[in-house]
This record gives sequence, structure tokens and C-alpha cells, in this order.
Amino acid sequence: MADLSINFAGIKSPNPFWLASAPPTDKEYNVRRAFDAGWGGVVWKTLGLDPHVVNVNGPRYGAIYGADRRLLGLNNIELITDRPLQTNLDEIKAVKRDYPDRAMVVSLMVPCDEKSWKTILPMVEETGADGVELNFGCPHGMSERGMGSAVGQVPEYIEMVTRWVKQNTRMPCIVKLTPNITDIRKPAEAAHRGGADAVSLINTINSITSVNLDLFAPEPTIDGKGAHGGYCGPAVKPIALNMVAEIARNPVTADLPISGIGGITTWRDAAEFIALGAGSVQVCTAAMTYGFKIVEEMISGLGQWMDEKGHTNIDAITGRAVPNCSDWQNLNLNYVTKARIDQDLCISCGRCFAACEDTSHQAISMSADRTFEVIDEECVACNLCVNVCPVEGCITMEEMKPGEVDPRTGRTVEAEPADWTTHPNNPASVAAE
Amino acid sequence: MADGAPQSGISANRLEAEDYHANFADLYPPLDRHEAHVASDRCYFCYDAPCVTACPTAIDIPLFIRQIATDTPEAAARTIFSQNILGGMCARVCPTEQLCEEACVREAAEGKPVQIGRLQRYATDTLMAADVHPFTRAAATGKRVAVVGAGPAGLSAAHRLALHGHDVTILDAKPKAGGLNEYGIAAYKTPDNFAQREVDWLLQIGGISVEHERALGRDTTLEQLRNDFDAVFLGIGLSGTNALGIPGDDLENVQDAVDFIDQLRQANAKADIPIGRDVVVIGGGMTAVDAAVQSRLLGAETVTIVYRRGQDGMSASGKEQDHATHEGVHLKCNAQPVALHGDGAVREVEFEYTTQSGGQLVGTGERFRLPADQVFVAIGQTLGETGLELDGRKIAVGAGGRTTLDGVWAGGDCASGGDDLTVTAVAEGRDAAEDIHAMLSGGE
Ligand SMILES: Cc1cc2nc3c(=O)[nH]c(=O)nc-3n(C[C@H](O)[C@H](O)[C@H](O)COP(=O)(O)OP(=O)(O)OC[C@H]3O[C@@H](n4cnc5c(N)ncnc54)[C@H](O)[C@@H]3O)c2cc1C
Ligand SMILES: Cc1cc2nc3c(=O)[nH]c(=O)nc-3n(C[C@H](O)[C@H](O)[C@H](O)COP(=O)(O)O)c2cc1C
Ligand code: SF4
Repeated sequence: MADLSINFAGIKSPNPFWLASAPPTDKEYNVRRAFDAGWGGVVWKTLGLDPHVVNVNGPRYGAIYGADRRLLGLNNIELITDRPLQTNLDEIKAVKRDYPDRAMVVSLMVPCDEKSWKTILPMVEETGADGVELNFGCPHGMSERGMGSAVGQVPEYIEMVTRWVKQNTRMPCIVKLTPNITDIRKPAEAAHRGGADAVSLINTINSITSVNLDLFAPEPTIDGKGAHGGYCGPAVKPIALNMVAEIARNPVTADLPISGIGGITTWRDAAEFIALGAGSVQVCTAAMTYGFKIVEEMISGLGQWMDEKGHTNIDAITGRAVPNCSDWQNLNLNYVTKARIDQDLCISCGRCFAACEDTSHQAISMSADRTFEVIDEECVACNLCVNVCPVEGCITMEEMKPGEVDPRTGRTVEAEPADWTTHPNNPASVAAE
Repeated sequence: MADGAPQSGISANRLEAEDYHANFADLYPPLDRHEAHVASDRCYFCYDAPCVTACPTAIDIPLFIRQIATDTPEAAARTIFSQNILGGMCARVCPTEQLCEEACVREAAEGKPVQIGRLQRYATDTLMAADVHPFTRAAATGKRVAVVGAGPAGLSAAHRLALHGHDVTILDAKPKAGGLNEYGIAAYKTPDNFAQREVDWLLQIGGISVEHERALGRDTTLEQLRNDFDAVFLGIGLSGTNALGIPGDDLENVQDAVDFIDQLRQANAKADIPIGRDVVVIGGGMTAVDAAVQSRLLGAETVTIVYRRGQDGMSASGKEQDHATHEGVHLKCNAQPVALHGDGAVREVEFEYTTQSGGQLVGTGERFRLPADQVFVAIGQTLGETGLELDGRKIAVGAGGRTTLDGVWAGGDCASGGDDLTVTAVAEGRDAAEDIHAMLSGGE
């Protein structure tokens, strides 16, 4: 099988699957069981200085569901570790000693002054941990105290703290970014300037998952009140993928290793993050939903896919999709497709018709016997019918060949690509040579 | 042939040619990719899942279903085969309604379990269709093991032993390998020569030679095998059957059900098999159901299973019973045969109603007769002679399938403990192989 081992910013791990800093990595008992289940590494639940924080004693989580009560998004108001610092350090040391081949990264969050960092870093070093992750992402509670995302939202602070850390430890330093900002490239660049060995993202997204309509209060409700929490799970994956790609595409940070986080649940999710530039991936919600055992599927699936495609190691696939992440203005406007409905697979539910007829381009016809067909003269190839069809592979997009005439526009499909930058309707267009 | 009143007596070609084809096609056709995805989506990936506990081979069911859901059925197949090398056959023949699917939490929640058996078939078919054998043999150990019987128990043991690098010789009394997979299982559960295809696929591991038509007791002895090999595994199943032992049981067209099914499975054309117009099957297990259903599928007009206890005592599962009644088989319970009547050939079977009295099954004295051109007897199978110590009517085995004779292991239908099921035979064969391997590796 393909070699799944990685060397991520100097941190070695037998596979790219790490547990993200969160309850699954909260204590020795969990982490030992996680390693026994096959996880390649963990980022230990964020440590802070004593006196340790406390958590609410009512519910911490809210959730949204898909069909069949499948958990799609989780919202939490948990803080960093609520156990004494020394207890965590002792446990980290004991686990690392017994699992020397696994990646042991310790997440940290201390106040924004150099003294605090100088205090905690040697203590972590002493455990034999492989690296630290700076939690600049926690969007609730800690941010009210000037830490977590309160730091992560100010690039200057990120740079400053990262520099302190690099000056005060030999351990590799990963900076964990918050998605609760407008341009993810800025904090990544700041981390890079500060000397970070890598970035990891995303932390959780500010959210309210639901409102209790009897109490008129957000969920989870603590004695009649709620606070926004951090959103994670499958629902955030698209946001995370984009942010990872933005950093990987940015020439300033192109060489900065990325640990991808956000909604990773299966081998395929992981492969997608890796293709967009991640050198390792971290998982939280999926483990919290299904247990540690899911890593077995991730390992077998990623290995099988790599074998089938002839990819021999993780480096060979890391960032392979980055060159294909472009901007809208560079997309080929001469690429023309039409939706095609496979009548053998069609179950005649009519969802494509509703979508196209009511909200799109009236490009699907419906006969009295519920046969649905695409009207090429109207189809703009938007893909909505493909997306709403319940049968995978029933509606597909078929590429028109150069020389064919698009019945919608009456124009012959051209072989040469042409994009918006040269389009006659673009006031700023530059004439093609 | 189908026109007019059905002829009495025994006759081949009762149906149109295409009817045979339809009747003996796959009972539960394979899932396609879409169906498999929808079905796999229902699995909750339970912790310490009850379905795994319920599977005699302890296949990691939630894992393989998740692997199907994530579009890696080949990985799913590996998960299955690592525990159960006959996972393909088991997917077709296991009474899942009494095993994994009965334990599925969605059975408790909605009365609709995840379709574990059919998903297992989807995964194993995918890998086998690619003709991939997912395991490689360990370096040869030079140790030699004799496996007697090429049924599920023997094949499973042989594969695991070969995997560990031992050289295996299988001896089987029959001309084809597979045991009851080849000669017993209902034809519509394993069409298209699947049993032989599976044997060929399994043997790709290497290191296994099969000697057909070599019977222990006839062509060799246990002593001889113990001398010639480092260990012996017996997976000889139950080669004998119980006889009725009542007046008339020697009449023509009174046949053992297992023999009838054997004949049916081996027939080149199902149309060639003569079948009665009125068929009576005596017994209450899977063999009785299979003989009865297949009689109907061959064109018998009336087929009646008569069982001496109440319906809830039948060892055939509820699903099997439903299948039988769906195919037009009558179930008659609480009646035992007392005599068969006829003149040369059987014409009628005479029964007496039964009741429970003081924990005993007794006749009520009230009798009735059923017309019968053909009678199939399915009242249990018996162990052939081995000279080994018995536990009840089977070879006594302890942990790891050890018999009381040094260097001899046994598993499957011939050994004590466990249900008489394909999957149980696979589990016992595998576990005995591990025990043999531990012994041969100097574990003790
Ligand atoms: C009609 C029928 C239908 C069934 N249907 C199902 C079903 O749907 N699902 C299910 O799970 N189970 C079913 N079973 C039960 C299942 O087939 C058996 O439990 C299973 O085959 C037992 O496997 P085994 O390897 O122990 O024995 P067998 O399959 O009986 O194999 C024994 C092998 O040993 C050989 N042998 C016997 N004696 C000797 C000897 N002296 N020397 C050399 N070789 C010898 C035989 O030729 C045979 O190949 C059915 C059984 C019958 C009879
Ligand atoms: C309950 C909970 C607690 C978390 N605590 C921390 C934390 O202490 N430090 C941290 O860096 N991230 C924390 N996270 C964020 C996760 O590490 C991760 O970035 C996020 O959940 C997205 O990944 P996911 O979609 O796989 O869950 C927490 C997440 C959850 C759900
Ligand atoms: S998951 Fe465990 S700790 Fe949390 S509410 Fe349920 S029982 Fe309590």
C-alpha cells in the first residue's frame, strides 16, 4: 500500500490523520485509546495557565441535522482545558513516552504577554512533545478575555506572539487560525512573518445553531440564556477548503505547511484537503460523532485511492489541486456543457423540473407520463438539476465539442479558450493578440 | 407441457423451459451501486456493534458498511474476508434475520434492519469480479496439514493455514469441492456456479492442494494422516441421514431430502429432474424448506411440509417459512408420520396428530392421510464413523476445535457446539487453523 507517513513541519507521524485539539484529546485516557485505534497524531486540548478555566455546567453543544438525524453541524461553547496545567503536562509526557512514533502536538493559549509564553513553553518542551499549536481561534469565552480569536483577528498580534514563541522554543510552531475574519490570507501571512513553521485551519465559526421557540433563547440554553458558539462538522468543510486553498495559492505563504481542519469525516474529505495543500489533516466532530474507529476507514480509503491512482506517498498529492484553483475571470467561457438526464436511472421525482422551471431557466420539459428531458435551447448548464437530483449519476453535464453549435446561443463552440479578461462586454478587457 | 390437468406420479418437464430459468434465478438479486449507497447510509456505525457480536465470524460490519458508503467496496471486501474468507457465500446463505440483522439497532428502532447481507454481497462481489485475491501467503513454514472435507469448515481452515505459510492437503470424498455449498444450499441462493467460482478464488492463496474423491475411512485412515502430516483438521460435515423407520419407508419415490437437493444442484438442466404432482416433505428445518420450495419451483402442484411439533419449534427461520408459504408450500404442524402407503411406489402418507404431554411429544390417536407421489425425508443428518470421542452425536471438541486425540482438530457440522450453519463452519475452521498455527509455531 501507498506510504501514508508524513513529516509535517518536522513533526513525524505514521499517517496524516490527527485528532484536533478538542474533547477527543482532552486527557490521557482518550489519547491512548485514540492511538490504539490508529490515529497518527493528536493536538492536545488547548492548555492555559493556572488557575484553569471552568466550563458551563449545562449543555455545551447544539446541532443541526440532515435526513435521518445525521449530524451535519455542531456548535459548542466549551472553553480550553478545565484541568490543572501540571496534570495535563504529566499526562502528555506519559503518553508520548509510550507512543514515540505518534505526533504529539500541544495546543496553547495564554495571555498576550511574552512572560506568559516564556513560562509555559519550557514546561511543554519538558514533556517531549513534538510541537506546539497556538490557538488563535477559539471564538467564544476566551475571546472575551483577549485571547483566542481576539488575537487571531489582529494580524499584528499573531505575528508578535508567533515571534515570541519561536524565540523561546526549539519546537515546531503551528499557528491555528480563526475563520471569523474577512480575508484568511492576512493572518496566515502574519504567522509566516512571525516565523511560524506551519498554519492549521479552520477553528470553529461563530454560530447560533437554533433558537428555542418556547424560551425565545438560543440553543444550547443555559438557564434561559445562550451565547454564540463555535460551529464545526461536515457543514463547515466547504468554508475550510476555500480558506486552505486561499493560503496555498497565495505566493507569500505558498511554501507554508498547512494542517487542514474542518468537517473531515471520510478518507475523501481528507484527500480533498490534502489536494488543496494540506500536509496533515485534523478531525474533531467526526470522531465526536462516530468514535475513534472512523480512522480505520480513513486509512483504508486513502490508501486504496492512492494505490489505484499510483500515488506512492502523501507528498505526491499534497497541493496537486492548487494550480487548478483559479479566479472567476480566468475561467474558460468557451467551455460549454449541457445537462443530460439518463432515462434508465431517472425515477421521475420531478425535482430537477421544479428547480429549473421555478427558479432557473425553464430548460427541462415534463411530459404527461413524467418523462423529464433537457431543452438544449434553454439550458445554461448551471448544474442545479444535477445538485438536486436524488440519484447520483442520473443527471450529468456533457461537454460540447468544438465545432458543435450551442442551440441556446447559436454560436459555434470554439476550441480555443477565452475568458472574461478578453471578453468584449468587459469594459476593462484587453484585446486578444 | 403446461396444458391440461397436471399428471399424477413423477414427471420431468412439468414447466416451460423459461419458467425453470426464472424460478432458479438469484432469489435476492445483487444491489447496484445506488442501492448499496442508500442502504449503507442507514448504518449508524454503532459502538461495539451488536451485529458484530451476532456474527459467528465477527466481521467488522460497521466498518465495511462505512467503506461502502465512502465508495471503497474493495476495502469493505478486505474487511469482510479478513474475518470470513467465505464472506461471498455467507452473504447469500446466512439467515441474517437470525444473526446480524436481527441484532441491528435499526431493527429495534424501526423494524427494518440495515441490509447487512446484501451489502456484504455488494462488497464481496465487487472484489471477486475483479478477480483479486486480497491476501498474500506468509513465507513457507515447511509444515504440512491435512484437511479432511472441502466444505466451508475445511476451506476456511485450509485458507487460514495456507495464509500462515503451511502446506495444506485437502481430501474430499466428493468429486467437487465446496461441501454443502456445492451440494446442499438451495439453487436460487447460489446460482451461476458461484460455489465453484468461490473455491477457485479462495485457492488463489496458494499452498493448498485438493484431492477429490479421497475419503477418510475408505482411502485412508486417521492414523495414516496423523503419521503423514503435522496436524489434521476434520471438517467432514454430517454425511449420513436419519431414516423414518416406519412401515412403507422403503417404497419407491421416498427419498432423502439431502440427496434430492444434491441431484437438483448437480443437474445440467432443472427440467430433467422428475418431480411428483403431490409432494410431502417431512421435517422442520432448512433442508425441509429447501426441498419443499424447490419441489414447487420444479412444478409440483401441491407441496406440504409436515412437522411433528408446533410451528415455533421449526428450526427454519421465520423468513424461510414465509418464503416457503409465499412459494405455495403448505405448512402442517403437530403431526408425525406413522406409515407410507402405496403399491410399489408411494401413494399416500399417513399421519397422526401430536400434542405435548408431560414434556413429551405424544400421538393423539387421530389420523389423516395426504396424497403423495413423492416423499422427501428431512429429519436430520448424522455423523459418519471417525472413531473419535463424541459429545452427543458429534465429535467432542474443546477450545480451538481440539478433539480428544492429539494432533487432530475438528470444526463445522461434524463438531460439537455451534449452529449447523455455513458461517459457523467458517468460524470454527478459521479458529481451529489459528490454534493449529499456534501449535505448529511452537506456541506450546
Ligand atoms: C439442504 C441444506 C440447506 C442448507 N442451507 C443453509 C443455508 O441456507 N444457510 C446456512 O447458513 N446453512 C445452510 N445449511 C447448513 C450448511 O450447509 C452447513 O452447516 C455447512 O455446510 C457445514 O459445513 P461443513 O464444512 O462442516 O460441512 P459440509 O458442508 O457438509 O462439508 C463436508 C465435506 O466433507 C466431505 N466429507 C464427508 N465425509 C468425508 C470423508 N469421510 N472423507 C473425505 N471427505 C468427507 C464431504 O464430501 C463435504 O465436502 C444447509 C444444509 C443443508 C443440508
Ligand atoms: C467541543 C469543542 C471544543 C473545542 N476546543 C478547542 C480547543 O480547545 N482548542 C482548539 O484549538 N480548538 C478547539 N476546537 C476546534 C476544533 O479543534 C476544530 O478546529 C473544529 O472543531 C473544526 O474541526 P471539525 O469540523 O473536524 O470539528 C473545539 C471544537 C469543539 C467541537
Ligand atoms: S455525552 Fe456523556 S458527559 Fe455528555 S451529556 Fe452525555 S452522558 Fe453526560
